[in-house]
This record gives sequence, C-alpha cells and structure tokens, in this order.
Amino acid sequence: MKLSLHVWRQPAPAAQGRFVRYEVTDVSPDMSFLEVLDVLNEELIHGGEAPIAFDHDCREGICGACGMVINGRPHGPQRATTACQLHMRHFTDGQEVWIEPWRARAFPVVKDLVVDRSAFDRIIQAGGFITVRAGSAPEANTLLVPKRDADLAMDAAACIGCGACVAACPNASAMLFVAAKVSHLGVLPQGQPERGERVVRMVERMDAEGFGACTNHGECMAACPKEIRIDFIARLNRDFLKAVTTTAAPPPSSP
Amino acid sequence: MELRAKVPGGPIQEKWDRHRFDLKLVNPANKRKHHVVVVGSGLAGASAAATLAELGYKVSCFCFQDSPRRAHSIAAQGGINAAKNYQNDGDSIWRLFYDTVKGGDFRAREANVYRLAQISVDIIDQCTAQGVPFAREYGGLLANRSFGGTQVSRTFYARGQTGQQLLLGAYQALARQVGLGQVTMYPRAEMLDVVVIEGKARGIVVRDLVTGAISAHVADAVVLATGGYSNVFFLSTNAKGCNVTATWRAHKRGALFANPCFTQIHPTCIPPSGHHQSKLTLMSESLRNDGRIWVPQQAGDRRPPTQIPEDERDFFLERLYPSFGNLVPRDVASRRAKEMVDSGHGVGPLANGVYLDFREAVERLGRAGIVERYENLFAMYERITGEDAFATPMRIYPAPHYTMGGLWVDYNLMTTVEGLYAIGEANFSDHGANRLGASALMQGLADGYFVLPYTIGDYLARGKLAPVGVNHTAFRDVEAQVAARVAKLLAVNGTRTVDEFHRDLGTLLWDRCGMSRTADGLSGAIERVRALRERFWREVRVVGSGEDFNQSLEKAGRVADFLEFAELMCEDALHREESCGCHFREEHQTPDGEARRDDSRFAYVAAWEYTGAGTPPALHKERLEFEYVHLAQRSYK
Repeated sequence: MKLSLHVWRQPAPAAQGRFVRYEVTDVSPDMSFLEVLDVLNEELIHGGEAPIAFDHDCREGICGACGMVINGRPHGPQRATTACQLHMRHFTDGQEVWIEPWRARAFPVVKDLVVDRSAFDRIIQAGGFITVRAGSAPEANTLLVPKRDADLAMDAAACIGCGACVAACPNASAMLFVAAKVSHLGVLPQGQPERGERVVRMVERMDAEGFGACTNHGECMAACPKEIRIDFIARLNRDFLKAVTTTAAPPPSSP
Repeated sequence: MELRAKVPGGPIQEKWDRHRFDLKLVNPANKRKHHVVVVGSGLAGASAAATLAELGYKVSCFCFQDSPRRAHSIAAQGGINAAKNYQNDGDSIWRLFYDTVKGGDFRAREANVYRLAQISVDIIDQCTAQGVPFAREYGGLLANRSFGGTQVSRTFYARGQTGQQLLLGAYQALARQVGLGQVTMYPRAEMLDVVVIEGKARGIVVRDLVTGAISAHVADAVVLATGGYSNVFFLSTNAKGCNVTATWRAHKRGALFANPCFTQIHPTCIPPSGHHQSKLTLMSESLRNDGRIWVPQQAGDRRPPTQIPEDERDFFLERLYPSFGNLVPRDVASRRAKEMVDSGHGVGPLANGVYLDFREAVERLGRAGIVERYENLFAMYERITGEDAFATPMRIYPAPHYTMGGLWVDYNLMTTVEGLYAIGEANFSDHGANRLGASALMQGLADGYFVLPYTIGDYLARGKLAPVGVNHTAFRDVEAQVAARVAKLLAVNGTRTVDEFHRDLGTLLWDRCGMSRTADGLSGAIERVRALRERFWREVRVVGSGEDFNQSLEKAGRVADFLEFAELMCEDALHREESCGCHFREEHQTPDGEARRDDSRFAYVAAWEYTGAGTPPALHKERLEFEYVHLAQRSYK
C-alpha cells in the first residue's frame, strides 16, 4: 500500500520545527511502523537528505525507547502496543499519517522525533528504589508475599518508562509513571520502610521537573502500551497524603 | 604472551572463599579516592556501578541509550537460574555447576562456573530484597519453572519480563547512587576507545551522541559491560543499538578476544516476514515447556496446520531425543529445526519456520493456565504476525541471540590489559560453547553484584598508579584518533547506506558462519568480508555532520567495527576443527548428526591477539582441565 507521512522535522532543540510530507510506497502489512521509517530513511540518505531521527532500540516493546505521536495518539492507534510493535496491517492504502514527537515542557525535543526524557531518571533517583546494599539481603523465602500482592506489584512494575502517559495527558502530567513505581514498591513488604519518604521525594521531583498536575482525564491509561491502570494514581495520592500528614521531613540518605 | 587464568588452588568448592580472603582490601577512607569507569548499564554494568558506589568508590557510568534503564538486558523474558532447590527436586550448587559445564559442551573454565553456581543463590536474595516482583505461589513463597537443557525447576521469573524486572532492580540501585552523587551517569554517550598507559587501562574516550563532542575520562580501572555482538548478523534478537565497538576497540588496544565463533542461535524466534525485516523477535524458550514442536511429515505439505492429522505430524525433537524432548539445549533444537526447513518441511508463507503447538497444553492447563504463564508472549506473537496462537500453532525459527565469546578474562574478570575488566556478556567466561537458558541474567548479576566488586578492590589496593590527567599525551592522541575516524566516515560520501553494508555482512555470516559451518565456506567468507570492508570505506554514505545528533554516523562506526570483527569470528570458526555446542562444523559430526568434539586437540579457550591491520591475529590457548565434570559427549536422547 501507499501512505502519505507528515513527519515533524526539527534539526535542533532551539530550531523551528515543521511537518514535512513524504510519500511511501510498497508498504507491506507485515512491516512494523518503524520499518516504514527505516525504508523512508534509506531513500532520504540516497537522496542526500538527513534521515528522520527517532529513538528505538529493542523493537520488542519492552525497552521503552521508541515513542512518537501517530495521528494524535501516542504510539498510534493500536491498544497496548508500542510504536515498534505497531504493524502496518492496521493502516489502509492511501492513508495520511501525522507523526510528531512527545510534546511536553519536561521532555524537550532533541531532534525530529527524539525527546529528552531524563526527567524520568531524575524522579527515580529521587526515591524510586528500595535501599538495599548488595550482600545485605536476607534469604529470599524468609519473606512471604501474598500472590495477589506480588501480581499487583508486577502490574505496576510493567511500566517501560516510554513517556506516552505524559504525551497523552492534556496537562503533560507524569502521574501515571510516578504512580506505577510508587505502587510497585509500595505494595510489597520490602518497600514499607521507605514508603512515605519515597512518595514525597518522587512527587517533589516530578513537580520540579515541570510536569503538570493530574485532573483525571484518564488519557494516560488509554495510551499506556503496558496498560498500567489509573487506580495506581489513587494509590499514589493516598500514600502521598498519608505521608505528608503523618511523617516528618525525610531525613538525608547515606550511601 | 602467557595467559594466566589465576584460578586459585584448593578444592573447587573452596576456591572462591579462599580467594576472597586472599584478595587485598581497599581501606574505606581510600575508596573514595579511586575512580572507576563502567561502560554499559545492563544487568552487569548497572549492578557493578551501583555496588562499587555502595562500597564508596567514585564511579562514572556510560550508556548509549537515553536512559540506563533501556539496556538490552531488559528484553530477557524467561528467567534466572539459581540453585536454591526450593522445589526439592534434587537441585544443588553441584548440579547447576554440572549442567552449565555440560550444557556449554566442556569449553568453559570449571572454577568460574562453580563460583557462578555458588553465587546464584545470593542473587535471588538480593533481587527479592530490591523489590523484584518474582512469581509467587499462593502461600507467598517464590515460584519456579523449568527451562531448556535441565531436568530440575530452578528458574525464577517475573511473568515473561524477568530481564526487565531484574534490570529495573539494578537500575534503581544505580539511580539511588546517582542521586547520592556517588555515580555520575552519562547517557547517550558511546565509548569509542580505551586509553592504555604503561600497560594499564587508564580511561576511555567517548562521543556525546547529542552534541558530537569527544571527551576523555580518566580512571583507575575501566569496566566493560557492553554486551554481545549478535548484531554482526544484522538480523538478530538483539536491540538495534547492540554492537561490538567497545570490546573490539579494547581488543585493538591489547585485550585478547576469546572464542569469537561461539555465537548462540536461539531456537524460538518469529521467522522473518520479508526483505524489510529490521530485527527478529524472540519468544521465550520457556514456551518449550508447554509447546510441542513439529513439522509436516511430508516435505512441501502446504495444508494449514489444523488440517494436518496427528499421524502426519513429525514431532522431531520428541522423536530424536525421547528423554529431553522439546527441552533439549538451544544449539540442538536450533540445528534440528534448520535441518527440517532445509529439507523442505518448513511451514508458513515463506516455508521458513517450524510449528510450536500449544493445543495439548491448553487441554491440560486450560486457556487460563496458559494465559497466566505466557500472556504477554501470546500477545506479542499476535501483534507481530496477526495470528492467534490459541487458534493456530506459533511459527518459530532460530535466530542469533547471544554470544558466548567475548574478551578473555582471568578468574578476577580482568582482561589481558591490566585494570581493564569485562563483565556480563562482554566476556567469554562461563558458558563455554553454548549457554543454557536463564543463565545469562545469572552471570551478568553475579559478575556485577558479587564478583567484580571484590576483585577490582584487589587491583586497586595493589596498584601504584601514576597520576594522569586528560591532558596526558596518551589521552590527547586517542581523542585525535577518534575524531579522525569520525571525520573519515563522513568524508567517504559514497553511494551505499550503512544498513546496506550491514545487511550484506549479516547475510554472508548467517550463511557461512551461522548454524552450520564448513572450512570452504569460512575461507570464502573471510575473503568476502575483506572485500566488503574495503568497499565500505570506499562507498559508504553518511549524511549530516559529526557535531550533532546523527544516528547514521553512530551506526556507521559500529558497522565499521563489525566488518573488522567478522573476519576474526570466521578465522576462529575455521581454526576450530571440531563441533562443540553452538559451533557446528559439518566435517565433524557423528553418524546421527550430533556435534563431535575433539578434546585432544581443542579442549582450550582460543584467545586471539590483535597484531595490527592486515596481519593475521595471533592465537593463544588457555588449556581447559576438567577435574570435576568428566569429559563426555553430551547426550539428551
């Protein structure tokens, strides 16, 4: 089939960006969306033009590197599917396809479809962990974790950190991302000692990075390729309120 | 050059304990004066960087991805082995050791493998404490499953995303140290060379992938945790960015490269669907626990699978290997699948796969039971192929997946360059000629959490390192060389893209140095790799500049290194005139088509020394002694 792609081209962070139209032909339904961009890029290089920059790595939907807004939807039209796993059998011959980077103040554009998501790393650095030095762990089976808690923790831990939730949110809020980590660690017994401190530090960092607030649109859950549920945000809110009303200021950490 | 493995004396079960006592310690107050560079942030790199920082060392960690959380360890699906014997099914450290040595077809160093089996139990403790959500029984205890190549259930897992969860555990430990200022993280930075001064690794030169800036980083020790080189085949299950550059550049600076021809082809991947294919996707081998592999008995049978009656199906692994059946090791399963496809029994639109059928498992466990175990894998299969594996069998075919070869390291994980370490898939150490499923995660974390942090201290405590800075002539020289190479890639301005060269190289190696190899094929391949490399430097086209974000340029540098490395890989495969593990030489097989080792001539690690451009590499041999596991032909029948 043939497609018309309108791709956001922006040579540098401060440069003016614009949509550029490209016609692609011979698109097979078995191709992935990124493979269409690969083929287009090969043509651009042959023509002496700069190829379209886009992040990608595992192409199996697990590393979280890829991400682009396709026809207004982060990762495109397919539920629970990253852009790299989106296949062309979901498009029709002659379709117009608009491709843009994630748009959020906290995710500045690096080039074309590539954005800087290091804000997510800084949120994890602020508290998204359990403090355990290598060598100090107790025998694993001394700690019983009810299966439903382990399963719930895994549901939250499935987050791949791609940023689609931010891109989908009208407020560019990172609440789903933060809630997923807070919930993953907060429902496990191992995560209890730092539970309050963790949520406070992560939320502070999230706010400082320039993400917006959550106003319950639910767009994040709809866009999430791992179907992380919005009820984790309720958990985050509960943990946060409990922490700020009952605990003192978090003490400084040591290595 | 003499290879000294530095394996400690004494009975094998006491070696590591004794060695840990013999290792010198660095005074806690002095640790902060030592700076360690860790390249790579996968399971090995992230766990090493975090643990070194916990100990008090100053650490810089580099990764080419935009975040350390995206390293390719994240894609490992099935699980991680540990000799916990929670299932009371006869497992032990000895058995894990034995299985790994045997599974590796007797080409691994016994002492390293034993240590790995010992440490395996600590890894599960560590990861559980970090909050890794391993699968649990209803009583709250950890669950296990079995995996290819073994007869016990020792694999711990987190749905089909074990690698992701283990990596996030290590990433979170690393993030904590970044937050505390103990680790400086450099994402989107690619190591392009090692700096060696007076025989010791003293730092690296990196290129910032956003700005193109080239910078030098001084260290007291350098750790390479840069993964494997399966992408030399272009189509592999590795992430697109995985490459050989860091280990290859280290090799050119004096680190010997061991067993480069030991490349694992994973049996359960989704077959390619056309020429546009950019990579291959692995379906966890845990699927082989419940799926049955078959092809139509009749060659060229094009009926849909549901219309082929039971008695016209050839369950070839169950037929050939009654005791292990569908759970034979990866190399055996892959080779047999290739034979079936080559002899006209292939299935699917391109007749390039074999079936993996869950019908019986669904009858036995119910649909819900299968969903519980493999939900994400079935979903992934449907997304890629558009087929529902509950309604029709999956189609699978082998694909390059993991490389057992890597930089040669001694028992301390140090390469032949002092102060330069290689951990995880980047080294050659523990898997011999074939890796068992769920053992890569184990090895990466063993190296990073529990081996390197001890052994590196010994080096730092003993070494009297002269102070050097980035203005040292050695650093300036290497920076200039790196910049010159980048400029050279941009200057060719030819007519073919980097990917076109990469595909040509991959096709050549897959045909000649893939699942089965011959002397003639390899000799020819070496000539053709050389020709392709010359052509690359004449005709490659890299658009854009070296001073900004340029993904074509990144790829070009990596493919240029693959084009050099591929020749060594073929040389190694040509020189090893035996079949062992994944290395199958057609001239060396038993009458029933099994690999035939030649222990009298090849029970050694082949470690290759770089002797300069255009001169043949020099072979050094580390003889392997098998004191505890007796040399025997593997049999899974």
